[in-house]
Amino acid sequence: MFIKKSRTSDVLPSEITPESIYRDRRRFLRTSALAAAGTLLAPGWALSKPLDELEPFGELPASDLSTDESLNSFEDITTYNNFYEFGSGKEDPMRLAPGRLEHRPWSVTISGEAEHTGEFDFDDFMQGLTLEERIYRLRCVEAWSMVIPWAGVPLAEVIRRANPTSRAKYVKFYTKHDPQMFPGQRSRGMGFLASIDWPYTEGLRMDEAMHPLTILATGLYGKEMPSQNGAPIRLVVPWKYGFKSIKSVVRIHFQETEPETTWNQLAPNEYGFYANVNPEVDHPRWSQATERRIGEFFKRDTLMFNGYGEEVADLYAGMDLHKHY
Amino acid sequence: MPAWISTSITEAAATARTGPATWLAGLRRPPGPRIMAMLRLAVFLLCGLPAAALVAGLFQGQLGANPVETLLHSTGVWSLRLLLVTLAVTPLRWLTGAAWVVRLRRQIGLWAFAYAFAHFGVFIVFDHGLALVPILEDIARRPYILVGTSALLLMLPLAVTSTQGWMRRLGRQWKRLHWLIYPAAVLGLVHFFWLIKANRWTEPLTYAALLALLLGWRLWRRRPAAADTVG
Repeated sequence: MFIKKSRTSDVLPSEITPESIYRDRRRFLRTSALAAAGTLLAPGWALSKPLDELEPFGELPASDLSTDESLNSFEDITTYNNFYEFGSGKEDPMRLAPGRLEHRPWSVTISGEAEHTGEFDFDDFMQGLTLEERIYRLRCVEAWSMVIPWAGVPLAEVIRRANPTSRAKYVKFYTKHDPQMFPGQRSRGMGFLASIDWPYTEGLRMDEAMHPLTILATGLYGKEMPSQNGAPIRLVVPWKYGFKSIKSVVRIHFQETEPETTWNQLAPNEYGFYANVNPEVDHPRWSQATERRIGEFFKRDTLMFNGYGEEVADLYAGMDLHKHY
Repeated sequence: MPAWISTSITEAAATARTGPATWLAGLRRPPGPRIMAMLRLAVFLLCGLPAAALVAGLFQGQLGANPVETLLHSTGVWSLRLLLVTLAVTPLRWLTGAAWVVRLRRQIGLWAFAYAFAHFGVFIVFDHGLALVPILEDIARRPYILVGTSALLLMLPLAVTSTQGWMRRLGRQWKRLHWLIYPAAVLGLVHFFWLIKANRWTEPLTYAALLALLLGWRLWRRRPAAADTVG
């Protein structure tokens, strides 16, 4: 390994230093470490990460938006994944992603209807943003769920920094497209047997994107994001079905019209643009009224907006959620 | 053994002898009772192996993060696989001329039914906690569940009448009744296809190809007698 990121500051006595100074110092350390590392890096340098090499973040501020439900284990969260870029089986991502997904170099592009657009190196992109712990329920459209302690930043902060124009009504997200890194991206449909049109894309309405619950997560369980969970940076929208929470994001695009999104394009009658968790609107093939919490044998009732109704219901006031599913 | 059974087996062996596989002459001789018993035991162990592995995995926590899903999926898939094996017995007999393989077929068919029954059992116990109304609602409202349940219901009389006693009692009707294995296999496969999300086509397509081969072979065998001399 070439470099140890100074994201964890095991030396800084933050207890006796005012937080603002402490943060500035940490930022200074991080920047200088990066600059030093930058000079050492050969072109084409790339880094994949096994689970045991994920860097811990250190103590993260907690959030009022976190649930106090009991967490799913790190093992559950990293062995049962839908990440079709590595295959369609739940065990494919854990098998393939850690050896293939290169966490660095990584860049995030801000484009479209915004003032501050451009391509940013991941670490520059994260600079000035404070990671928080957000413990959220995740409800998959396949009727299972988990409770996951994410580490992330509010997407709203990233959006404010980009300063979108008045024409920006929607945000579109793109997963990295690199069939070398993501073997699943080599698969194509066979005639009537449709397949995903890569890269994977997702989208949110601007008010959904600005909602305080919506985060860009860069880790979980207090460590960097495991490859199989969408390293190094992914979206998390806890009141929507899991497929909206796009993984391994490389581009955030502001636009005026509703974006085309992967599952919606593939099967519009099964996966809507909104994809809000809704026990009353069934998937055409199965019921959404109940779910299996991973770790439990029997099913439990699914909650409207995945239990976040108090926070988000007003975003959809007056909308027919049977039509806009 | 009633006369009609032994006659039909002899007939089948006679037809089989016209098949292409003369190099398997040794296999055609029916094995003695001891060998047969061992073969039956081997079939029992092989067919029971997935079930044993699932039960062991369940108690050791080796079925992954979602063990119920693993149980549901594995039992369903094994039922389908063993149905295909059951349907492969007759072509195998024809290819090898070994008429006695038919004597192993009932057990394989019963295993296919057992896995289908376990599959349904996991569904009604863990998905619905044995609540009758939700189970019936789910069956009525989800076409793939309806299709799967139909396949199971078609297999039920076959399992019940699989004994020697029922074969004797039903006589010629037995064969007509057991024709139901064909729609059961087709429905089972449709049930599997119906659940697929994008990109997971390989496994159901493989089974569909095998089923098409096994059914196609039967149709080809039943083509007009004039063309029958080709084989």
